Amino acid sequence: MEFGPNLMANYGEAVSMILFAIGFTNLLLQKNLIKKIIGLNIMDTATYLFLALKGYIQGRTAPIVVNGVQEVEAYINPIPAGLVLTGIVVSVSVSALMLSLTIRLYRRYHTLDLDEISTLLKKEEN
Amino acid sequence: MSRLKESERYKKTWAYRFFRWYRGEKDPFLGEVEMKAGNPYKDNRSAEELMLEKEAIMNKVYDMDHNKEIKLFKFAYGIISAIFCLALTFVLLLMVSYSPKTGNPGNPNENEVPARYIENGLQETGAVNIVTGMILDYRAFDTLGESHVLFIATITVFILLRIDKDEKGKEKDREEANDRNYEPKNDAILQGIAIIIVPLIMIFGIYVILNGHISPGGGFSGGAIIGAGLILYLNAFGFAKTERFFTEKTYKIICFCSLSFYCLAKSYSFFTGANHLESGIPLGTPGAILSSGLILPLNICVGLVVACTMYAFYALFRKGGF
Repeated sequence: MEFGPNLMANYGEAVSMILFAIGFTNLLLQKNLIKKIIGLNIMDTATYLFLALKGYIQGRTAPIVVNGVQEVEAYINPIPAGLVLTGIVVSVSVSALMLSLTIRLYRRYHTLDLDEISTLLKKEEN
Repeated sequence: MSRLKESERYKKTWAYRFFRWYRGEKDPFLGEVEMKAGNPYKDNRSAEELMLEKEAIMNKVYDMDHNKEIKLFKFAYGIISAIFCLALTFVLLLMVSYSPKTGNPGNPNENEVPARYIENGLQETGAVNIVTGMILDYRAFDTLGESHVLFIATITVFILLRIDKDEKGKEKDREEANDRNYEPKNDAILQGIAIIIVPLIMIFGIYVILNGHISPGGGFSGGAIIGAGLILYLNAFGFAKTERFFTEKTYKIICFCSLSFYCLAKSYSFFTGANHLESGIPLGTPGAILSSGLILPLNICVGLVVACTMYAFYALFRKGGF
């Protein structure tokens, strides 16, 4: 397996993918629930960066009609901007939900460590 | 007479029954009450012994420092997840290296859909900002769903973090959670700056919302700015001041009115559009504030919902209610 020809040209997308992997690693390897949520937020940010880069076209301006120019060649792709907006809203809601669940867990178990919480949970069941 | 018949007759006598009862042999429930068969694998140990044994097993299982299986699992989990993440990075980078060049005109995602939005967007929606025209006119149901996602998230956070007012015996928890008791903190620097900055933030947020269709911005960003201004005001002056104009009831009324107006307005415009009817909503001159049909009122609705949601999240996380 070898890399394709566009890795250097797509350096921005490569950065977004590395960010995504960093977030995913956080999600897997961190024990602290808050740090896991931060990892998920890093993944969200990487996705926005990727979408924004997908919509970008060199030499064109933001999709706001200026001086009545309405040719396709004048503006970048407006669709990824709308998709990023959806992503931001969902990410905010999911973060708030996860943080409130974390607060509930902390109030009950007085720890943020996921391993300790699951141990306490199993001890309670028995 | 055989002995058997003698004994049978004896068992029916009153004296035999009395002596059985006296010796404790008679089971008063036998033959009177329906009974189930006992457990054939009955453990003869006492309850105390069983408890002790269970406790010993549990202690052995949850002894994290000496349990070899858990140690092995943690070790293997770390290694496997690290390998998995490296493999994920490799696969993603491989995908990026084969994807079309960034910023190159003529990439496959630059197809007829964005072309249609750019070429006909101004005439069809009246919005100079093509993105706003797209998300609040062509894809307005998507934005309605987003507003509802925010609303539902607030409600869920409220359910999770609410401190019950009727519950007794939780006075202490409530006192701790409700840091209003220690207010006002009267931070002179914060209050002095907030007096100057909060009105400017509010005006800027309103500007961003009202200009959503003619410049970058819109309901979501403007609403977030107004929410930030509200949070700053709350931090500087405390809940006693904000609750003069923003309570749970205000939140309910604003969100309900905004979401239902959005839903009804967009249902009307989709209904007329799908049936090729005249909607009767003027598009106005492109570039003016009062133009582009329903986009301006919808932007205001979305902005109100977002501002209320931001403030509600902050208040809920801080004291479990607002």
